[in-house]
Amino acid sequence: MSLEYAPAPESTDVVDIKAHYGLFIDGEFVEPIDGTTFTTINPATEGVLAEVSEAGPQDVARAVRAATTAHTRTWARMPGRERSKYLFRIARLIQERARELAVLETLDSGKPIRESRDVDIPLVAAHFFYYAGWADKLEHAGLGTSIRPYGVAAQIIPWNFPLMMLAWKIAPALATGNTVVLKPAETTPLTALAFADICQQADLPAGVVNILTGDGTTGRNLVEHPDVDKVAFTGSTEVGRAIQRAVAGTQKGLTLELGGKAANIVFDDAPIDEAIEGIVNGIFFNQGQVCCAGSRLLVQESVADQVTEALTQRLRTLRLGDPLDKNTDIGAVNSAAQHARITEYITAGENEGARRWTAPCAIPERGWWIAPTVFTEVSTAHRIAREEIFGPVLAVLTFRTPDEAVAKANNSPYGLSAGIWSEKGSRTLWMAQRLRAGVVWANTFNRFDPASPFGGFKESGFGREGGRHGLSAYIRSEVV
Amino acid sequence: MDTRVDVRKTYKLFINGAFPRSESGRTYPVSDAKGRFWANASLASRKDARDAVLAARGAQPGWAGATAYNRGQVLYRVAEMLEGRRAQFEDEVARSEGISSRKASGIVDAAIDRWVWYAGWSDKFAQVSGSSNPVAGPYFNFSVPVPTGVVAAIAPQDSALLGLVSVVAPIIVTGNTSVVVASQERPLPAVTLAEVLATSDLPGGVVNILTGDPAEVGPWLAGHADVNALDLTGVTDDGVSTQMQVAAADTITRVLADVTADWTIDPGLGRLRAFTEITTVWHPQGV
Repeated sequence: MSLEYAPAPESTDVVDIKAHYGLFIDGEFVEPIDGTTFTTINPATEGVLAEVSEAGPQDVARAVRAATTAHTRTWARMPGRERSKYLFRIARLIQERARELAVLETLDSGKPIRESRDVDIPLVAAHFFYYAGWADKLEHAGLGTSIRPYGVAAQIIPWNFPLMMLAWKIAPALATGNTVVLKPAETTPLTALAFADICQQADLPAGVVNILTGDGTTGRNLVEHPDVDKVAFTGSTEVGRAIQRAVAGTQKGLTLELGGKAANIVFDDAPIDEAIEGIVNGIFFNQGQVCCAGSRLLVQESVADQVTEALTQRLRTLRLGDPLDKNTDIGAVNSAAQHARITEYITAGENEGARRWTAPCAIPERGWWIAPTVFTEVSTAHRIAREEIFGPVLAVLTFRTPDEAVAKANNSPYGLSAGIWSEKGSRTLWMAQRLRAGVVWANTFNRFDPASPFGGFKESGFGREGGRHGLSAYIRSEVV
Repeated sequence: MDTRVDVRKTYKLFINGAFPRSESGRTYPVSDAKGRFWANASLASRKDARDAVLAARGAQPGWAGATAYNRGQVLYRVAEMLEGRRAQFEDEVARSEGISSRKASGIVDAAIDRWVWYAGWSDKFAQVSGSSNPVAGPYFNFSVPVPTGVVAAIAPQDSALLGLVSVVAPIIVTGNTSVVVASQERPLPAVTLAEVLATSDLPGGVVNILTGDPAEVGPWLAGHADVNALDLTGVTDDGVSTQMQVAAADTITRVLADVTADWTIDPGLGRLRAFTEITTVWHPQGV
């Protein structure tokens, strides 16, 4: 028997989207000097949400100048306990405006309201709350006694978790005494602009946080600005490489959180029902547009058929559609470009000989949608097993022994995350020790916490966000 | 009257626990600080650099898999061996750096003590830099430092022994393996140190030492996909440094540049942190 659900859309009354947004520089919304404008759309409807400014080189210069001034005159001089209280204020304002922010995030990104409401926004508030408490305790962080911030941090974030990525960047930067110029992704600027409003409500000193909307050119101008002291980037490995080259030979600090191709490893003694939920959460959370997504399912051969059968059964029950509907599991993919990229990979998987299975769900007429897709009979040489797709596409491979599982999992230029499903704790820890990944989830997946460091090995980047370790990304360390 | 003719040493490379000549057959003359010919050192080639990376990669899992206690003992053993051959090092350091034997003696003391200091960190660094993290859920969440992998280092140019030890010891104590390009003009103490390493229970390939021109082999090492991190401490030319950092970006290789090269002060943990990664494990709790 299948259950029918009546539509249960979240109201959009809580959000007030302006027709036009300027840039947030030195505590105020201003019009660009030499920039242009672009529109941001709702990927579930293709409807225009707002017109946004694109910061030009002079706008970048003035934002960096504002951040420099705020750093030297205000923020770096302020005692940690006072910085701390501003961050606590921001955390509280985010909690107070959580509903609005969740709806706004869903409208602009296409992610299900269930996720933005229950995962993204609560983690945003928690992240500010966590780092607020560090601001006056830095000398106890085990990073030495002379704690020096870099100065001005240029921060560039992606579109998959817009406000959460903002929180991961801004909270530790401010706690350690840096000021920031942040560029949200071109397709998801609205929650960052709402955050600018929150900074005003918190009476955060002008220039401590500056938000510049724009595309990759704005980002490049920001990274290359000579008065930027630290660059933090989350996004693709390709852009990460370009940024690493751009800062080569400068004194700028750099942390990168890049792509991934995580192995989610299921042993024959795994709690299969739980594992199925974990596999689904691992690759279909946020339509698979997650750098740490469990995009390679490694199943022990003896349970492979059982797992794929149970998985496809489960996927038949997922609901794809209106992201604002509280019953929706799979929302819209973020943009036409991302839709094209995912589609290209699905075609490549078929052409290379893997077997495709696609969940039977009705695709809405407008917007960009990809039904959950599973490839079996995948070889390690296939592109869908090697390259980051950033979409709801799972590649299933098998293994026989734990050693083989380790070898296959590590056979990737990436090393961001991994999952292990087994009831045997000793085996889980044995595996965790050998997997070259920054985050290892045992009998769970895609779980985040402000106290838990996150970041990759190898071409997944360097530096950590979250936890005590996340502080060091914003402290200029003296190496002797 | 018979005067005994001394037996001089051939200074070679140190790769995978062996002492090969450069496969290129090239050498370059090394002079002492007064400009007198001392020996011909091997001039390492791109192929030697690749062989060294291969050796380092091969040795890495075994070395990282050794217990911290074991790695600490091996590093301490290096200190013991160095102490036993200190006269030779005093002589070579004095000749290389043009300093008095008394001053050279102090430098050898410091180099031995640095091995001892880092040896002790092998089973303490994880305690100091790891953590258990109080996440909001039923998980035991912990973070541990693990070695980055293969680290290519350009050793300091001026400090032929102490500088070299100060760069190598922190790389390997946490379980990394290394390819080190010795001081170009003062390479001989490095080769003699290799003889110490070869007799200190250090597995072959954990430390590989090349002599030659950092500007020649450095960029190859920086762009090598099997090199996980770079230590540019000994790069004196800004252009070469930038070139290596640009090459490093190809595979998101970690780079340590901008260091305070004062080998007389307490090193701190910066170098240990630079060449370790943090792995965080979420382990479920429940009955």
